[in-house]
This record gives sequence, structure tokens and C-alpha cells, in this order.
Amino acid sequence: MSINRRNFFKVLGVAGATLATDSLLKTNAEPSSNNKEFSGMLYDSTRCLGCQACERACAKANKLPEPFDKPRVGHIRETNDKRRTIINKYNTSKGEFNIKKQCMHCDEPACVAACLTQAMIKTKEGPVIWRADKCMGCRFCMVSCPFDSPKFEFLSSNPKIVKCTMCYDRLLEGKFPACANACPGDAILYGTRKDLIKEGRKRILENPTQYTDYIYGEHEAGGTSFLYLSAVPINELGFKTTLQKKSYPELTKGFLYSVPSIFVLWPSVLLGIYEATKNNRSKSENYE
Amino acid sequence: MNNTANIIAKDNEGTAIWKFFLSELKPKGKWLTPFNIISIPVIILGIVLIIMRFYNGLGTVTNLTQSVPWGLWIGFDVVTGVAFAGGAYVLTFMVYILNMHNYHSIVRVTVLNGFLAYVFYAGALLLDLGRPLNVINPIIGNNFGVSSVLFLVAWHFLLYMVAQLIEFSPAIAEWLGAKRAHKILSGMTIAAVIFGITLSTLHQSGLGALYLMAKEKIHPLWYSEFIPIMFFVSSVFAGLSMVIFEGSITHKVFSDQISEKNHHNHNKIIHGLAKICTGAMFAYFALQILVFIHGKHWSLLNTGMGYWYLVEMIGFVLVPMLLYFYSYRKNNMLLIRVAAIMTMIGIILNRLNVSVIGFRWDSAIRYVPTWMEIVVTLTVIFIEIWVFRWVINRMPVMRESPAWAKENK
Repeated sequence: MSINRRNFFKVLGVAGATLATDSLLKTNAEPSSNNKEFSGMLYDSTRCLGCQACERACAKANKLPEPFDKPRVGHIRETNDKRRTIINKYNTSKGEFNIKKQCMHCDEPACVAACLTQAMIKTKEGPVIWRADKCMGCRFCMVSCPFDSPKFEFLSSNPKIVKCTMCYDRLLEGKFPACANACPGDAILYGTRKDLIKEGRKRILENPTQYTDYIYGEHEAGGTSFLYLSAVPINELGFKTTLQKKSYPELTKGFLYSVPSIFVLWPSVLLGIYEATKNNRSKSENYE
Repeated sequence: MNNTANIIAKDNEGTAIWKFFLSELKPKGKWLTPFNIISIPVIILGIVLIIMRFYNGLGTVTNLTQSVPWGLWIGFDVVTGVAFAGGAYVLTFMVYILNMHNYHSIVRVTVLNGFLAYVFYAGALLLDLGRPLNVINPIIGNNFGVSSVLFLVAWHFLLYMVAQLIEFSPAIAEWLGAKRAHKILSGMTIAAVIFGITLSTLHQSGLGALYLMAKEKIHPLWYSEFIPIMFFVSSVFAGLSMVIFEGSITHKVFSDQISEKNHHNHNKIIHGLAKICTGAMFAYFALQILVFIHGKHWSLLNTGMGYWYLVEMIGFVLVPMLLYFYSYRKNNMLLIRVAAIMTMIGIILNRLNVSVIGFRWDSAIRYVPTWMEIVVTLTVIFIEIWVFRWVINRMPVMRESPAWAKENK
């Protein structure tokens, strides 16, 4: 029964959405095809030295405190409101490897679809950024993000949402993101997403024994601007491989599309029932 | 404005309006009741905590973490509180749309309850906002995040509060003795009811849809793409169970206000509501079973969370449903009330399981609310009861409307 009802609404929703409500419902996170020229970064775990140059450059660029601890096996570090990127070290089936973690800058970000004030936006250049003057601090972006990227300043009376912005202001000045600029081992490559995927494929093809044949981020959560190459399956490096390949805003689309149709249908149905049962009322009043 | 004030003053036999308000603000009745003795210290403490929270940030008062950003204030105050406020839209549907006139005597108190619940529980949402001054952004200006479920929910809260205020406004007009306003406002009731039911359908389910994108974070036994439908269906019997529970209490506390006829009627009303609850719970239980089978989660049942799921589904959905059915057949008022309380516990469990207990169930450090979060929650509830009591003692909510209002129809 529930399935029928849902599909019923979906069909009506599509019909309703094509009407006047279309513009109202247009999502911020409109499906964007993969060949759109978003900027991104390709991170190669096999080249990463774990030197934390990226962490220090990030802290300097964003005026955050210097990293105080070093990556080591068994000690899982997390990004938080004081650090936007971190390096972790894992012992894997092929030996020790480092891995960088930060916001993935999804093509269709859940946080952007979740934001009710357009504080979180996907810029046309690719980075997902947060705007202080819009945000009301509801933290729905944090609930929705499958990578847990947005962090919140819980100990501030005027808290900010903190996450990697891919150094958006530096990009606008024509500079590279601070971490890509600082990396001494060429582990972080900045470029357009399309080129980076090509480069990733090339590296896998040329060194099939060095890499697992997978670019993490190419399809995860509908595609992300941050792409990962690694020697071992990336779940050995603390990443979730169970994420859906569809984009996350897709999950609420069915519900949102049913809204205009309910707004048209419900009142007319209710008014109809009201008119039909009017007689009952006069009857019961007569009895009193 | 001046014009309305004149009308009111005239109807009140020339008493100045501000004098009337001042006299009404004074407390009526005894001060040192057990409820006051408990609630006043809690409210004072809660207000201190709220000031601390705005001064030093959410982290000083709550146990929220970077991976569990929503806690008790959202999971209980907002998500659960709004489910319990669902009685208002169900009852207005029955009385104004289906014209089931028997239930008319409890419509006003239920709508008042619903209205206050929305004001206070949506108000609790403000306590949880990090940057509350920007709350105007989604309401005015060009910052509409229309692809957000929360945008929809926020707007519906706001509009539904207006609709409920209109539904309740004839009682305010009767209190003020505003005859002309009463006539106009009464005429708006049916439109407000239709609008209100539509809004309720969408935001009751919308509260569930909030969690749709948290797909990997919620325990699979509670996460499904049907959360919105589950939330909507369960809001029907959650709201009605609240009406039964709250009606039983207010009927005792404010019994001096209720006419002989309505006293007599009350058991019949509760009896009827029990029948509706049985039906709605049966539909809900069947849906839950369908979703469970559809999800192929049999292996999860034999885990800790699986037992917890069974406790909720059998102990607090199936059992109260059967209890409602049995007590309805036997016409046993006591058992109906027991079933109502069990159902309400089941709703609290369900909403908390989705929003707090099952959220990040796999993380090493679990979120447990601080005592301060609980005190603030109690503060919100107690202040709501204070306002509720204030209104009941002044406006014709439980008692009969004045004679002129009846002729006015």
C-alpha cells in the first residue's frame, strides 16, 4: 500500500513540478554531469610522505593553530573546528600508508541541499563553501553529509561551520589551494576534475601493481571533486566504501516533489469531504 | 488598531482595555500547589542554563559532538513534541471536515494544546540554533534554500502556527468580548482547518524526511525510504493518545469548568478515540512489518539493537494496539488510559531511536544528553503548562462559550 501511494505521489509530483512550481522547487544541487569543468584535487596515497606540510599550509592559510600531533598507526586523527585537513597513518595489507582527509566537495553535495538559507553553496568553480552571513547554525548540513565534513564551533557564542573550502579565495586570486601548493611529494594534484580522472586512470594503467584499480570519489555520493588513488582498497585506510553511488540529495527528491501535488490535492479533497458531510451536521443539530 | 481597541472596549461595558489586561495577568487561585513548587525552581535553573548556552556556546550545556550534531533538543523537543501535537489536526479533521459533532467539546482544548506545543517546541529549535539571529534568513530576503527539507518544515511550522491561532481565535474574541471580531474569525475557521491539515500532513512527514540523507548514520532497522510515511501515520495515534492522556488530566484539574453535559460526554469521546487509535496503529504496524520484510534485516534482529527494535515494535506498538482494541470492546476507561500512555512511550522510543539512539549507533563514543539538556527540556514543557493553565483559567476553552457567541454563529 505504501509503495503504491508513494509512486502515486511521485508521478503526480513530476506533473506538479512541471507546472508553475517548477522554478520554486529547482534544487540548488541540480544534477551536474561529470564532464562539467569543476576544479578538484587528485590525492595519491602512495606518494604521500605523511610530512604534514599540507596540514601546516592549511593552518597558515586559514589562520588556524599549527598541528600538535603526528600521524602514527593506531592513532586516528579527525578533522574538527580547529583543523580542516589531517593525515592519518594506517597499517594495511601492503604495508604502512598515509591518507589525507578533508571535505570531498561533492558534485551534488548533501550539505548544500540540506541548507535552508543557502549558506552552503556549490560554486561554479567546484569548491563547496560556507557563508557566515547566511548561516543560522542549525547543523542540518552536518546531519546530512555522508563524509561528516562540516564541523561546528560548539564552544563559541557566534559559532561558524568549519570545513575545507579548497582555498576558494586563493583560487579566485589564481593561486593553487594551499595544501596542493605545499606538498613536497607531488601527492596532491590540482586541476579540473575531468583531467584528474584521466590522470588517475593513466597512473593506474602504467603501474597496475602499485595501485588498486579504483579511483575513490569518481562515483561515490554521485561524484566528488576530491579523488583518491591508493595501493590498497580504501576501506583499509579508514574510508567508507559502502556509500551509495547516487547523489545524496536524490534521497529527498521524491519527498520534495510530492509537496506541490499534496498542496493542490489535499485542500480540494478536504473541501469535497466537507461539502459531502455537511448534512450530518444539520441532522445532529436537530437532535440536540 | 485604534478601531479594534474601541470595539473591544465597547463590548466590555466601557472598561479600558489595558486595565482589563492587567487584571487578567494576575494569577488566579492558590500559589503553593505541588506543581508550582516543582516547576518554579526547574524553570529558574533552566533559564540560567539557557543564558549560559547563548553566552558560551552550545558545548557548555550540551554533550553534542562533531559526529552527533543533533541531540535531545531536536530529537525530543522538536521531533517528538510535534508528533504529540498531531492531535490538533486529526481532531479538526474529524470535527470540521467529517462533521463528527460528538467531538466538538474537546476541539478547543486540543487546538490550544497543539498551538502551544508548536510555539514552545519550535521555540526549542531556536535554542538549538548556533546563529539564531539569522533565523530570519529563510523567512525573508532572497536566501530561500528551497531544496532543503528543513526549509519546508520551518515554513510549515510558521504557517501552521498562524492557522492554529486562527482556529483558536474565536475563544480569544469571546474572552475579550469582541463580538464583531468573533464573527469574522469564526468565519475563517474552515479555511484555516483545511490549510492546517494540509500543512500538518506535509510537515509531520517532513520531520521524518529530515533524516533521509543520513542514510548510513541511522541503524538500518530504523532507516528506510519510508520514514516520512511512518512519521505521518504514527502522528495520528500519537496525537490522539496525547489527547486521551491530557484530556484525562485536564478533566480532573479543571473539572469545575466543565458543564454537566460535557462531563457525561467525555467517556464517550475517549471511547471513540480509542477505536480510531486501534485502526491507525494497525495500519502503522502493518507498514512497519512490510518495511522490515522489504529491508531483509532478519539477521539484525539477533543483535542488541535488534532486541531494542523488538521492544519498541512489540512492547510499545503491538501490545498497546491490542490493549486499545480490548479496552475499546470492553469499554474499560482505565485500560484505554494505560494503552494511551504505552503508545506515547512507544512514540518517544521511535522518534528517539531514529534521531538519537539509532543515530551513529556504531560510533565508539555515544551521545548521552547532559542533565542540563534535560533541565532545559523540562523548562520548556513547564512554561508551556503554565501558559496553558493561564489560558484555560481565562478563556472559554473547557467551559461553555458565552451566550452571545452561540447566537453569533
